[in-house]
Amino acid sequence: MFLLPDVGEGLIEAEIVTWKVKVGDAVVLNQPLVDIETAKATVELPSPFAGTVRALHGEVGDVMKVNEPLVTFDVIDDETASNDQVATSAGAVALATNGESVGLNREAVLVGYGVASEEGLVTRTRRRNSAKPLSDPGLAARSVASTPSLAPRTTPPVRLYAKQRGVDLATVTGSGRGGIITRDDVEMALSPGQSRAHSGATRVTGPTTPSRFVGQEIEPWSTGLAEERIPVKGVLRSMSEAMVQSAFSAPHATVWVRSDATKTIELLEGLKKHPTFTDARLSPLVIVALAVCDAARHFPGINSSFDSSTNEVVVRRSINLGIAADTPRGLIVPNIKAADELDLLGMATSLSVLVEKARNGTTSPNEMIGTTLTITNVGPFGVDAAMPILPPGTGAILAVGQIAKAPWVVDDQVVVRHVVELSLAFDHRQIDGALASRVLRHIADFLGDPAVAMIAG
Amino acid sequence: MIDEELVQLLTPEGERVSHPDYTSTLNSEEIFALYRDMVIIRRLCNEATSLQRQGQLALWAPLQGQEAAQIGAGRAMAPMDFSFPTYREHGIAWCRGIAPEDMLRIFRAVTTGGWDPQKYRHAVPTVVLGNQALHAVGYAMGIQRDGAEEAVLALFGDGASSQGDTLESFVWAAAFNAPVVFFCQNNQWGISTPSSLQFKVPLYRRAEGFGFPGIRVDGNDVLAVYEVTKRALENARVGGGPTMIEAYTYRMGAHTTSDDPTRYRVDAEVEVWKHRDPLARVKALLTREYNTKSSAFDDVVAEAESLALKLRVDVLAMGRPDPITMFENAYAAEHPLIEEGRREMIELGVSAGSPA
Repeated sequence: MFLLPDVGEGLIEAEIVTWKVKVGDAVVLNQPLVDIETAKATVELPSPFAGTVRALHGEVGDVMKVNEPLVTFDVIDDETASNDQVATSAGAVALATNGESVGLNREAVLVGYGVASEEGLVTRTRRRNSAKPLSDPGLAARSVASTPSLAPRTTPPVRLYAKQRGVDLATVTGSGRGGIITRDDVEMALSPGQSRAHSGATRVTGPTTPSRFVGQEIEPWSTGLAEERIPVKGVLRSMSEAMVQSAFSAPHATVWVRSDATKTIELLEGLKKHPTFTDARLSPLVIVALAVCDAARHFPGINSSFDSSTNEVVVRRSINLGIAADTPRGLIVPNIKAADELDLLGMATSLSVLVEKARNGTTSPNEMIGTTLTITNVGPFGVDAAMPILPPGTGAILAVGQIAKAPWVVDDQVVVRHVVELSLAFDHRQIDGALASRVLRHIADFLGDPAVAMIAG
Repeated sequence: MIDEELVQLLTPEGERVSHPDYTSTLNSEEIFALYRDMVIIRRLCNEATSLQRQGQLALWAPLQGQEAAQIGAGRAMAPMDFSFPTYREHGIAWCRGIAPEDMLRIFRAVTTGGWDPQKYRHAVPTVVLGNQALHAVGYAMGIQRDGAEEAVLALFGDGASSQGDTLESFVWAAAFNAPVVFFCQNNQWGISTPSSLQFKVPLYRRAEGFGFPGIRVDGNDVLAVYEVTKRALENARVGGGPTMIEAYTYRMGAHTTSDDPTRYRVDAEVEVWKHRDPLARVKALLTREYNTKSSAFDDVVAEAESLALKLRVDVLAMGRPDPITMFENAYAAEHPLIEEGRREMIELGVSAGSPA
């Protein structure tokens, strides 16, 4: 059993960022198990044991309390060589685990900030229904076994939940450890008619399928709470902090243009048939990314940031190209390092790797820092344009709308062309409208005839 | 690394370079011994980091990247010289003969020291930034009055160089011509403060203003660090007064295990310093110039592995001290405030078995 240690001098909790092992994996001593994010740092925890992973006690995004079980191992033990034994690496203490009950070894607790063993306590909580640790675990365990206490035993969030739903906790039988009333118990106690506490006389109906919001699944309109509170953490916290920081420090301005991207579409169609690109994921975004890099090479000022700490503008002659990615965990902006050095195939490959990692949640923190220019592609959602907010510390962000057939005037004739709307938001402290317009025009012209632009350079 | 001011005897590629003032005096066995020291201390340091991540240490200050600076300086010391460390001087402690598990005791919070400073001629770690520079100069002034032919090594980092204590110690050392060598490991980062924010002139040039010579050495070149430190200590022993050495190096890891350097510095910078690794260049030299066999390198790795495992076992076996003992070493003589605290703790019934 590996308990979540205090890795930063007095921390009480940490969020699971990435698991690097799964149940059944054989691990060696000091093999990385998991990345956790604390109030101070994102750190990798190495395995204190050699053996097999039996259980992971949290999911990505869960906030774990220090000294709670994190991983249970079947440890390779020279003396017993038994898979049923869970022991410390020193072989000094062997602990048996069964089901929910967890024996904690005092030696495994962090020195200096350690606590006595917490047998019988809730060992894992998510913040949204976090259980407050009881001050005297022994007392808690006894009271469960003997007489029921005066107030029904539950946790503050569940108490609030019950109140919102009009459920009298005294009528609810707790199924949690030691008879604690859980959220599920409250749900069970609800008759179907009570499913909306605030519905009043007229029932409001709505869609019944869950939807995604701030990186998690939320209940549909028809069955969800009248008011739901979601803690700001993880990806949501990163997004909210970045947007506030940027929106209230960088004065934003935007230029936009409608552009004929027919030749971009035609070029991609042609390239897809070529053997070099049969495995590459070619999309208009690849051409847009090349166009942005090309524009920055012509107008380096766009690849700049405003350093208010030194009162300097920093011009960078290397592009870390950020791509706003809609992931199951929410919006993240990983970047392609030195994107300006990539050719068509390199850009296509880098983009598909980036998207794949973002989708799987394996984007590393390093891949999300140092962005200099950003592209947000809102086209796939079927909208024409956006006025985006800059990621902090960057000079410009390009929004790409849907590429759709539209009437277009060519040689005084109205013809059907593939048209895209592009908008470029920029930090007006150092970038003015003239520069932003030239850059956007350059990008639009690139998409207007990408083959010529790429060959001519 | 092209810098005219920097003393370097071995390039990052492992090529020897000549310097007008310094020449390496070490033979192949001695160079191999320095290499062994660096491999071992890096491995032990990594084990300590792992132990902290596993909840076995409250804190750890990794030295990775600074092995050459510490091993070079530590091995340049004579047996009776005395060193005053920060909390990151595990390489110096290793050279002084201190057992690895003893280095970790203070980080496991089972002691306020870890070893007998007199026995190893190495003070216990000072966590207060720069404070030990004053201790070092005070000690140096003492042995000066004793007429001892010894020298003192005052260790600190670029962050501590901005501390009043450190600068004050420069004044005293200069005023009394104390037999002390100020050895500053400039690892470029004072936690998250870049050294560029701290120095408007290169750090080693500050010494001149205080009235003693300053010298910048490639802190990732163990041969250069050894020669420069050795000569500075010899000079101090024979009444030549203080020297300041700026070992120009890089902290490859976090400031401590509570720190996350990816939040304030870029990978590109770390990548540059990876190519200046202190171990790789010595290995290249040994391989090319002395035909050191790969089995010899393997043996060192194996030795480091077994020492790391022993360190783990030793740390896990450490007992918990009675909290009451923390009052014992605060003052040499009885102190009314300390005594009051001790009495209160006894009345509260706090003992080793209680939750901390």
